[in-house]
Amino acid sequence: MASQETGEAYERQNVHKVYQEIAQHFSATRYKPWPIVERFLTSLTPGAVGLDVGCGNGKNLMVNRDVFIIASDRSENLARIALQHQPHSTVVADILDLPHRDASFDFAISIAVVHHLSTPARRVQAVAEIMRTVKHGSETQEGGKVLIYAWALEQKNSRRGWDKGDEQDRMVPWVRKGDRPQTFHRYYHLYAEGELERDIDNAGGRVLESGYEKDNWWAIATPKTAHDV
Amino acid sequence: MKVITANFVTCAVKECKTSPASFPLHFQDAELEQQELDFQPEFIRNILPRIDWEALRTISNELGFPSLPDSKPEGDALENEQTLRDLHRLLLETQVTEGKLTCGNCGHSYMIKEGIANFLLPSHLV
Repeated sequence: MASQETGEAYERQNVHKVYQEIAQHFSATRYKPWPIVERFLTSLTPGAVGLDVGCGNGKNLMVNRDVFIIASDRSENLARIALQHQPHSTVVADILDLPHRDASFDFAISIAVVHHLSTPARRVQAVAEIMRTVKHGSETQEGGKVLIYAWALEQKNSRRGWDKGDEQDRMVPWVRKGDRPQTFHRYYHLYAEGELERDIDNAGGRVLESGYEKDNWWAIATPKTAHDV
Repeated sequence: MKVITANFVTCAVKECKTSPASFPLHFQDAELEQQELDFQPEFIRNILPRIDWEALRTISNELGFPSLPDSKPEGDALENEQTLRDLHRLLLETQVTEGKLTCGNCGHSYMIKEGIANFLLPSHLV
């Protein structure tokens, strides 16, 4: 996956098309927000406005009805399922070209999304695009907070059983159940320990907190200010 | 797409982000629908400080609604239940189901179909 163009074509085939196909069944298996995501969203001030980039079926839109979230997904079929969660809003958008103004949001989440971008440069670009949209901190104002999750390479107790030192770029099967079961393969980049923090740093973010939950690495970050550089 | 959404989206083209003409995007051929939602006065009160009032007035005019007041309701005005109900109706209950959102800078139009705006760019604009 050397260039930007091949990266894009590759993801179209191995990520975007697959989610369009499996949207219904995928959604039926995803209903509970993860604890750290829930904690992050419930800690927000009522009236805060933010983004859910790569919202999938919108399961994280159910957590807090006192904030307003503009959710987006690359898959129209998933975005359509997410639409039902009030009082929020859902649009179709690409993580690398978000339709939002600079430095205008109080928070953003992107849960299990950046691991679908197929080159190191595109993953950093995706994080930078999210960072661009949240408020910058100053002496009088706290910066916007971004929560990002990515699938971990280190998950030896999961049913996949991968661990440190294993291949990080993988095609992961999804079996769509039904009368005629069908297997689809999605591309993933599995994040090694420390890699998410490094990507955030390269994308202009300052990591405030980070950790590991349910086979995923997560980090909360804010845009770097003059003090950080 | 709820009317409030137009207050928080702009053109997806990178070069347009720095142009004031790219915000708000302009509705064209909009078909509207009212969707009844629970009235939460606290939500409207809390969200109002985050609304760009000028942009909302522009959008509301383009959609053919009666003019909004020149300035954003503040202080005592937010105790008036009718004011909050009107805003609830405009921001959350009014849905644009079909139509286009057009950028005032580059002229690109984003389609709204069955209530969802699609901001994916054609390859020549990426």
